Amino acid sequence: MEKKVINVTIDGKKMQVGAGKTILESCKELGIRIPSLCYLKDVSSNASCGICVVEVKGAKSLVRSCVASIADGMEIKTHSPAINQARITNLELLLANHPKDCLVCERNGNCELQDLSSVLGIKETPFARTKPEAVKDDTSPSLIRDPNKCILCGRCVAVCSDVQTVYAIDFAGRGLKSKIATYKDKGLGNVACTNCGQCALVCPTAAIIERDESNLLLKDLYDEEKVVIVQTAPAIRVGIGEAMGMEEGALVTGQMVAALRKLGFDSVFDTQFTADLTIMEEGHELIKRLTTNGRLPMVTSCSPGWIKFIEHFYPKSLEHLSTCKSPQQMFGAVAKTYYAEKMGIDPRRLVVVSIMPCTAKKFECKRPEMKSAYQWWKEKMNLSERESFFDVDYVLTTRELARMFKLTGVDFKNLPEEDFDHPLGISTGAGAIFAATGGVMEAAVRTAYEVVAGKPLPDLNLKVVRGFEGIKEAELDINGTKLKVAVAHTLKNARYLLDQIEGGKSPYAFIEVMTCPGGCLGGGGQPIPTTWEIRQKRADSIYREDSLKPVRKSHDNPAIKELYNEFLKEPLGHLSHELLHTEYTERGVY
Amino acid sequence: MGEGQKMSTSHLLKRADFIFKSDNDWEDVLKKNLNRTANELINELISSELKGRGGAGFPTGLKWKISSEIKADEKFVICNADEGEPGTFKDREILSRVPFKVLTAIAVCAYVIGAKKGFIYLRGEYFFLKDNLQSAIDEFERYCRKIGFDFSISIFMGSGAYICGEETALFESMEGKRGEPRNKPPFPSSSGYMNKPTVINNVETLAHTYTIFKYGSKRFYDLGVQFSRGTKLFSVSGDTPKPGIYELELGMSLVDFVEEFGDDDTKAVQVGGASGFLVPRKRFPETTIGFQGRLVGISLPTGGSMMLFNSSRSMYNVLDNYLNFFAEESCGQCTPCRVGCQQLLKGIKAVKRGEKNAAYLDKLLKLAETMTYTAKCGLGQSVANSFSSIVENFREEMIY
Repeated sequence: MEKKVINVTIDGKKMQVGAGKTILESCKELGIRIPSLCYLKDVSSNASCGICVVEVKGAKSLVRSCVASIADGMEIKTHSPAINQARITNLELLLANHPKDCLVCERNGNCELQDLSSVLGIKETPFARTKPEAVKDDTSPSLIRDPNKCILCGRCVAVCSDVQTVYAIDFAGRGLKSKIATYKDKGLGNVACTNCGQCALVCPTAAIIERDESNLLLKDLYDEEKVVIVQTAPAIRVGIGEAMGMEEGALVTGQMVAALRKLGFDSVFDTQFTADLTIMEEGHELIKRLTTNGRLPMVTSCSPGWIKFIEHFYPKSLEHLSTCKSPQQMFGAVAKTYYAEKMGIDPRRLVVVSIMPCTAKKFECKRPEMKSAYQWWKEKMNLSERESFFDVDYVLTTRELARMFKLTGVDFKNLPEEDFDHPLGISTGAGAIFAATGGVMEAAVRTAYEVVAGKPLPDLNLKVVRGFEGIKEAELDINGTKLKVAVAHTLKNARYLLDQIEGGKSPYAFIEVMTCPGGCLGGGGQPIPTTWEIRQKRADSIYREDSLKPVRKSHDNPAIKELYNEFLKEPLGHLSHELLHTEYTERGVY
Repeated sequence: MGEGQKMSTSHLLKRADFIFKSDNDWEDVLKKNLNRTANELINELISSELKGRGGAGFPTGLKWKISSEIKADEKFVICNADEGEPGTFKDREILSRVPFKVLTAIAVCAYVIGAKKGFIYLRGEYFFLKDNLQSAIDEFERYCRKIGFDFSISIFMGSGAYICGEETALFESMEGKRGEPRNKPPFPSSSGYMNKPTVINNVETLAHTYTIFKYGSKRFYDLGVQFSRGTKLFSVSGDTPKPGIYELELGMSLVDFVEEFGDDDTKAVQVGGASGFLVPRKRFPETTIGFQGRLVGISLPTGGSMMLFNSSRSMYNVLDNYLNFFAEESCGQCTPCRVGCQQLLKGIKAVKRGEKNAAYLDKLLKLAETMTYTAKCGLGQSVANSFSSIVENFREEMIY
């Protein structure tokens, strides 16, 4: 029998600890911090950097505590002259090829390499550079890779292959030529990368970062001619506080709105408004597919990483995707048509900005088909091709927004709370929970049930689809009709459900897929670090936001009703198809 | 291999002739041993005290025993023929001259542990051996079928990376992945190729088991010295009038070795290839060749490479050559090895050019020490062997 509690000696002190963990995690539980670098809990333990080494009595070399299991009777030293020398030397080796321009680095102040240098008290860099300068990879609209800052920890490779099963990047070359590479060095923008940005989220340095567009946006914000409006995704209100130095998962909707106004946006709107709109369209699309023998299961289409994934890897299944645009794209299309017309703003002067937890949204807004508003105005205003414009002009991540707040001196924590502007800022609790895995499903059920059953849903809280289980499933009973649904987050889990579909074995009618672990609140554009503990806190805040909302069902949103009355007329109607629905592109894997 | 006059006068350097002896009796040896129990065979190996001849020296009998005791639906035997250590060239001779001995040994191992499949991981540069080896395998498999022994052997061609001689990197390579060492544990005996129990032995080790299974463990045990039993093939090269492959008893003194193979001007001997130790002349008397044990003086293990250097050689050039090799062949996975090899190379160049002062060599020695303690596999851990032994013994050649 394996013992549950084992006796160990750590740094000369006898201790008891639970069995079955690594030395590093056990020590952490006991309050002993072992410095580490390449290791990232739940993501990767490549055991490559050589920083977390400890002495284990009887072992002939130092032991990597991130992978070695703790065992009964072990005598461990977590610091000694030999250990200190090894850690410092290995860090010096990494620093030899890492630029020392921390002051002008995007990750200045939030860099694990920088922190570790400070923890280990590095005072000199005795080793000379051995690598020639490498060219940055700026082929992607979402992410930029700087191989010069890469310390080859392998976290990005682990998250891309093990969590997302995308395999867009991997190690190439050996020895001095070792590097993280894309297929044939084509660059992230030219390979089967989903732009999910999880690599940027786990990178300890600035070797992979979001493409920062805050400077471009500032130029437009300062331009008197432009009307600049902003939409904020649900996940931002539980992330931006963290990035501004508040506690993890802090719910800061009011401060965020106030800060955005201070930054100079002419109107501050909410993507949750178009999340409610998505539910109206997608809910009716589902009902239509169910009643007209349409392609099932229908799969959600809000998550642009997921869309690119299925376009690359499962093009045969594209018809399973809902034709609904994502809430961000619906917002752009509605803002530059309905809102512009209503307010009498020339759509060419209107700049739509999205604050997203997501790097894939940067790619999404530049998809060539995302010019619905231009198409709508084209004849009305007699616009030439040269005057064409995208529905959404800029996508900035939570991290970029924090940078802009800091630059413009926003005292975030102490701002009095403010409300979103009308009408595109009015939303329900159903829109809020889009931020968490299972949220779109829950919101859709709240609406679809009432539309089909014609009576109120007994319990609005669909707890069975909440939480961080990789694949969740539920069976719904709508007036005697049983409906099986599934919710997946991470592309690995999505792949599982797709394989079921392509194998003809999917038992579901409706599937929600979110690209990132935990859903958008764990998106690739969120504050660093994003751990499972932090994701949980953000999710708690999101469900609190939902429960505090006076209206919690999308179809009860008064602004949505107004939008249909004044403009769209009906879900899946002619104008909806023109502005709110889209089509997909088959892409190869290479 | 010439029978020199000196040979008979040297009482400590004992030649043997087991491995290359063309007995042509492999069918009998195979049949005879397949009729013994697995336990008998394991005990035979354990009492021979045969240790792995690839360089690491793990007791072969114990290795087989561990794998035999693990229950699994599938097990594998792999013959490691990725002979990449600079200065080693014995395995290719074994495979081309006495392939059936190796095939027999693989089959006996498979019988002992319960494997149905064997592989020979053949060094990419040994492609020229492939056809003949395959013919031998075909004939061998025909015989296995004839006697009703269900077993097959495939050749897997390496692609030229030195690291793939490291057993877990070799598995990765066979599984179609990048050749990188795995985290250990688990060890191959319980989780190797395809995460199944795997016995992986060097070509020469397997050839020795043939000797043991043919003649019995006592014959083998009686050769050599305590902790280092039996014979070993040596690849002798460098400044020697008679380079070549020699089967010698373990435990010989380096004085005797140099007397036999040197050119009367031997300045140092590199024992164990680039990843081994350089022994300067003054240390010859206290050095024996064998596995480390509680012997008097220093006992150095070797995969078989013995390189002799005479006074015309610059040890700086020798080290520069080794370090270029390591910097090129490091798989690049762990920091100490990937960057460490580059820094050692860059460092000695800087000292030689006078860009760094001599004290920098001490910094490099500390770096080498860190590599020994924190590199993930044998490659990075053993760079310090040659580096430190050359820098410490020939410091002035590094500087001037």
